[in-house]
Amino acid sequence: MTAYTEKIREIAQRLLKECKVEMVIGFRAGTMPMMNEPCFIRKPDQADQLVWDSNCGINLANYLTNRKEGKIGIVAKGCDSRNIVNHILENKIQRDQVVVIGVPCLGMIDKRKITRETEGEILAVTETDGKVSVQTAGGETTFDKADVLQSNCRVCTHRNPVIHDEMAGDPVAEQTDVDPYADVKAIEAMSTEDKWNFFDELLSPCIRCYACRNACPLCYCPTCFVDESKPQWVGKSQDPLDIRTFHFLRAYHCAGRCTDCGACERACPVGINMRVLTKKLNKDCLEQYGWEAGLSLDSRPALDIYNPNDPDEFIK
Amino acid sequence: MKNLLEHMGVEADRLHFSWISSAESTKFVKVVTEITEKVKAIGPNQHFVKQAAKVA
Repeated sequence: MTAYTEKIREIAQRLLKECKVEMVIGFRAGTMPMMNEPCFIRKPDQADQLVWDSNCGINLANYLTNRKEGKIGIVAKGCDSRNIVNHILENKIQRDQVVVIGVPCLGMIDKRKITRETEGEILAVTETDGKVSVQTAGGETTFDKADVLQSNCRVCTHRNPVIHDEMAGDPVAEQTDVDPYADVKAIEAMSTEDKWNFFDELLSPCIRCYACRNACPLCYCPTCFVDESKPQWVGKSQDPLDIRTFHFLRAYHCAGRCTDCGACERACPVGINMRVLTKKLNKDCLEQYGWEAGLSLDSRPALDIYNPNDPDEFIK
Repeated sequence: MKNLLEHMGVEADRLHFSWISSAESTKFVKVVTEITEKVKAIGPNQHFVKQAAKVA
């Protein structure tokens, strides 16, 4: 991990010195443990602020939308790079505007899980060789990193950046023995009534802060449908049905675009796993169109093109 | 969309899609009859209904 940090700093410094980019978007250490924050490096001597560890779960592609200021360097793990591809396909940024600093990723850690399993305030979190040790006022606890991974990282099959101009390390082995859609399949197997109740339960804590939307690199509309009042697409109240409609529509707007980066779930202040909705769409896209978002610059998204063989069983 | 609604617990027979030309009157009648029968069979919608707002 420190090797990555060193390499990222070196690349960022070089790019800025040679005026290849105007700025580099990366992570710096946050004010609290496990809370790395995005930062914008504009001068070579600021490059030593950059860090890389397992707390860089925020999707940086979010900060590329409609940028006009020349070339931009961006630190990207597997999912970020797929979202950059999405952005390029959707004309939110041009390919020649970005210099992608690819980082092969071994998964991000779930800060909620660590907070849940330790007592007292967390003072520091360090990691070495697949172990994460957490220091609290009461002492030190060590976890296997594999046990505290974010749930989307645990089933990730695209850890290496799909596009890159620089690499911060050698590609890592992709996971092949995981079933990314196990949780979706479990819900699919439920009865209609159980499904309804499952989502009632799942969404009940939602306070409609829209953090999931804001953290999502796909959600870049100038005015989001939830904020619009003429026409008003969805009720704005805390009524369970309004909440459900919001989550349904938000997920649907990500159909064929979601890379399951987990930014939404990570940003949620009440820890709702709304990814079971977007993942259902990902699964459908994969099964019906053989499409996974953000893997290539050369193919158009599934919902963007018409093909005479497109599945149409639902139309009578 | 149908798939995601079903995933969320809306009955499969509640939402129907069909493409009917303006010249296909018999198909129109057939589809409408089918849909009506199917929706009647599952009964009134209990879930996707907004109850009156709770006032504290």
